[in-house]
Formats: sequence, C-alpha cells, structure tokens
Amino acid sequence: MNEGLRERLGEMLEQVTGFIYPNEIEIHWSILIVVYPYLTGLVAGAFILASLVKVFNVEEVRPTYRLSLLTALAFLLIAPLPLQLHLGHPLRSYEIFLTPNLTSAMAMFGFVYAWYLMGVLVLELWFEYRRDLIVWSREEGFPMSLVHRALSLFSADTSDAALAFDRKAIQLITVIGIPSAFLLHGYVGFIFGSVKANPWWASVLMPIVFLMSAIVSGIALVMFLYMVLTPLRGEPIDMRCLDKLASYLFYAVIVDFSLEALDFIHRLYQSEESIHILGTLIASKLFMSLLVIQIFLGMLVPVGIMIAVRLFSVTAELRKLFYFTAIILIQLGIFATRWNVVIGGQLFSKSFRGLTTYKMEVAGIEGLITALVLMALPFLVLLVLLKVLPPWRKAAA
Amino acid sequence: MDKREFLKSLIVFIPAGGIIASLAKQAGAKAPAPAYQAKNHYYGMGIEIDKCIGCNRCVEACKLENDVPDEPFYFRTWVERYTIKKDRTVVVETVGLRKGKRKEIVEQEDVLRSFFVPKLCNHCANPPCVQVCPVDATWSTEDGAVIVDKNRCIGCRYCIQACPYGARYLHPKTKTADKCTFCYHRVVRGLLPACVEVCPTQARIFGDLKSQASRLVRFERMNKIHVLKPDLNTQPKVYYAGLDGEVR
Repeated sequence: MNEGLRERLGEMLEQVTGFIYPNEIEIHWSILIVVYPYLTGLVAGAFILASLVKVFNVEEVRPTYRLSLLTALAFLLIAPLPLQLHLGHPLRSYEIFLTPNLTSAMAMFGFVYAWYLMGVLVLELWFEYRRDLIVWSREEGFPMSLVHRALSLFSADTSDAALAFDRKAIQLITVIGIPSAFLLHGYVGFIFGSVKANPWWASVLMPIVFLMSAIVSGIALVMFLYMVLTPLRGEPIDMRCLDKLASYLFYAVIVDFSLEALDFIHRLYQSEESIHILGTLIASKLFMSLLVIQIFLGMLVPVGIMIAVRLFSVTAELRKLFYFTAIILIQLGIFATRWNVVIGGQLFSKSFRGLTTYKMEVAGIEGLITALVLMALPFLVLLVLLKVLPPWRKAAA
Repeated sequence: MDKREFLKSLIVFIPAGGIIASLAKQAGAKAPAPAYQAKNHYYGMGIEIDKCIGCNRCVEACKLENDVPDEPFYFRTWVERYTIKKDRTVVVETVGLRKGKRKEIVEQEDVLRSFFVPKLCNHCANPPCVQVCPVDATWSTEDGAVIVDKNRCIGCRYCIQACPYGARYLHPKTKTADKCTFCYHRVVRGLLPACVEVCPTQARIFGDLKSQASRLVRFERMNKIHVLKPDLNTQPKVYYAGLDGEVR
C-alpha cells in the first residue's frame, strides 16, 4: 500500500470528531473535483455572456463577444482533465463513452461535453470567424495563411448570401447554445444534487445554484480578461461595455445569493435529521471557506462595492479599480462555493454523528500544484487561441 | 482344467467381471452435482443485535477471506459499539479500529444501555451505487448480491459517494471500488459467507429468501425486523432484529 496514503489516513484518524463510518476516513473527491465544476462553470458563464450579444442584441457588450467564446473554448478544452487525472484507472475512461450505464448521471458526461464542444461552441466559432479566416489567409504569408485556411476548412465563399447564412447559423446555434450551456453546468449540479445519501448535496436547487454561480463566475472572468488584455494592447477600455457587464454581474450575483439563501433557509426551516451535523459542519470546518470567503468576501463585499458604484457617481478610473476588486473577490467566492459543495459534502459522516478532515496533498497527482496547473492551463490555451483567432483584428471589408 | 471347462467359466466370468467393474465405478464416483442456478436463489442476511458480543471475529475473517487491506480505513464489514448514557447522549465507536489499543470496558454507572451493531453492505434491492456507476462496473446479480468488477471499474468513486451506509471503499492496490459480496465465491459453492461461518454466537444468519426452509426466512418469521435508513428507499436485504432507534 502507498506509504503516503497510509500515513495521511492515519493522521486523519486522529482528527475525526464524533463517529464516522470507518470507510469514510478517506476523502474521495479531492481538490481536482473542486476544480472541475469551477472550470465548467466558467465555460457556461462565458458562453451565456456571449449569447447576450447575439440573442438579446445587447450592443454594449459586443467588444467581449469573441473573447467570451474563445474563453469558453479554452476552459472547456481543459475541463475534463481534472476528472481524467482523478480516476483510479484513467486509461479506462473511454468506457464511459463506449459502454455508458444509462442510469448514471456521470455517464452522460461524454454526451453533454461532446455536444457542447462540437455541436455548439466550435460550430459557432467557425461561423463567426469564417469570413475573417478567408480574408486573413489571403492577406498573410506562410505559415499563418495555411493555418487560417485550414481552420476555415478551405472554404472561400465570402459572397453576401454566404455571410447572411453565417449570421443566421450563429443566431440558431446561440439559441440552441443557451439551453446547452444550462445543460452543461446544470448537469454538473445534478451529479451532486441527485445523491440522496448526502443531505449536503441532495437538493433540487443544486443544478440551478450551480448555473447561477456559473453565470456569475463567467461574467467576472470575461470582465477580468477584458480589463487586463485591453490595456496590454494599448487600447482604451470601453466604459459603456464595462458598466453593462458590471450591471449584469450585479444582477447575477443577487439572483445567485437569493437562491443560496433560499436553500439555506429551506434546510433550516425543514430541520431534518441532518440539520445538527450540518450546523456543526458550517460552524467548524466550513467557517472560513463558507461564511468568511464565500458569503462575506465573495458575495456581500462585491455587492456592496457595486451598489456603492451605482449610488455615488464615481470617476471611470476609480470605477475600474472597484470593478477589478469586485471581480477578483467574486472569483475567490465562486471557487469557495465549489470547495464548500465538493469538500464540505464529504467532511461529515453519513451516520450524522461526526466530522472528518481533508488534508490536501501538495505535490501528489491530486494535490495543490496539480490544481494550480490545471487552473493556469486554460489561460495558456486562451493565449494560443488569441494568437490564432485574434478577436480584435479587423479584416478588410 | 480342460479346454471345455475353461471356455465355460469364461462365459460366466466376462459378464460378471463387467458388472462388478461397473458397480465399483459407480460406487467410487460422486453423483454429478446439479449446476448452480442463480435464478433459484435470492440471498439476504439477518443480524440479531442481542446476540452480537463484539468479538470482531467476523471482521477479521472477512479481511482474511477477501484480501481486504489490514489498515483500519478499509472494511467490507465492521462492528459498531453503541453506548447510550443516562443523559441520553450516544457514544458510538468502531470495535477494534485502533489495533492494540482495545481495552477492557468497565461497567459504568451512567450507562443506560449498550450494544453492538455489525454492519456490511446491505445488498440493496434498489441500490444507489449501481444506479450511478458510469460504466456498469457494479450490478445486482440475479440471486441478490451487489458485485463490483474490478477489471471494469474506472475508479471514479461515484458509487462510494452514493452509498448511504459507508459500505464501499477504494481498494488501495487495485484502485477500484471494493465492498462486501456476501462472499459470493463461497455462496455459489454452497458455503456460508466467512463472517457468518465464524460468528460464535450465530448473530449473523445467512440465507435464501426464496427457500421456505431457509434459516433466514425462519429468522424473519420469528423476529420483528428493521432495516437501516428505510426512508431512502434503498430496500436493504440485511435485516436487523432488535435494532435500536439510535443506529444510523
């Protein structure tokens, strides 16, 4: 047996308070499973932001349209990696696609993921960039001309009829894409929400809470990227766009907060058998990550900041600073949300009589470093995507 | 002996020898055992709380029989000790979890009642672990056991999360989910599960719910029966007699 594991579990044995079933000492879903819903949430949120432009014609946020799509793609490409690394037998993961158990929520992963990647995101990006790719490939030299021609799948039609078809296709894909994005992340919520054995997870609100927090984190991420990348390109930040993004973010946070409050009040009022152990869990093991980081720093403070910005006429420079602070705090809060769901749900015994501890590895495959690398990777992918498919580059008419 | 006599006795000897030989053959060979038919059985286990003395022999036998790792984090079966004090506080612990630290329990005045509860996989008729497995690596057999195929399990651990009883663990060597099988390899040979075999007080009763002559059916007839967490509709097939309301 792995000595490190034996030692770690042995230490945890000493940390148990009350009674837990003996097999519950090992925390089975580690930090990697925290990273997974965090990443897919960013995908769904970024895509829904992009669809505001195409479906609801919100012109102010157009400068972030392509950036949102590319962000969604970059994060979607990395999203399955934490799952893969977490498996006891990563080389058998293809079984989920080949011989899925149709009653398993997890087995649907392959279909939902493949549909969203191929049926929605890549397709929309292709129609959006097709004309530009053709024009670019004519303007530039080898090798980028070849790359862009290949990406356009060697299409060459830039007639008005073809462009009109592109626009129509994008419209249709976005309309299909919104429920698909809801499905992608709502489904992640369902994986947890449908576990009746675990009262911390088992809630019909779970998919909806996941979805709203996804929208919050996605908008905050695109705002962050827009605020960082625009000055780097030497361009001014479009404050109309930023204000509009901030107002959407504000409403999304309010809805998210209300839903979580509803879930909380509902549990408290129903006061089922599990309420005592969950209360102890919140007051002890999750005090920092739930009450301080998720609710206070990740929700109340940013909402306060955004209310302050709305109430007092603040200069553009100061607004940027406030927004930037708020979105960093929101990202922290949403990560804490994922942590509290995934790790929090495993810290109490299903006997409802005791608590255990999660001791995170640092260097192991399920450790902190892997998690940090996995969260940095999407940004690297995005960097490549921004080089190959620059969202700002204007193609000659 | 002349030629005529020799041929005469040969006529008698040859058929007689044949008969004797075939009789001997039949006597030596066992009657062919009827092949095991899963559809004729449906297994469950009965546990009589008041008979369990907490000796932990079942746990040790299970670990030996099924290659369950020796460390106190992996169990296919375990025994819990409940102590309910006079102020109604409940203390629960797993018997023998800390090896070498087991000490004599002295009679305490403040104890209202105390008892042991053997636990194992409930082999639910409506098993949440089977429902969630993404690759069908765990399933219910026709004769009522919930089994894991370690050559198919991908180690995602969703089943461990879905089990309300904490009956599953991830085997540190195979990196796949592992759990009680009712000693399926023994049962299909007509043997009892190891834990039942070694129990000195017959607190564990294994049997076939389809056979009226089964000890389990008799156990069900003679006792008031309860199962663990019935509200979750998992329909356990481990039946407890004399189960206390404090047990989860």
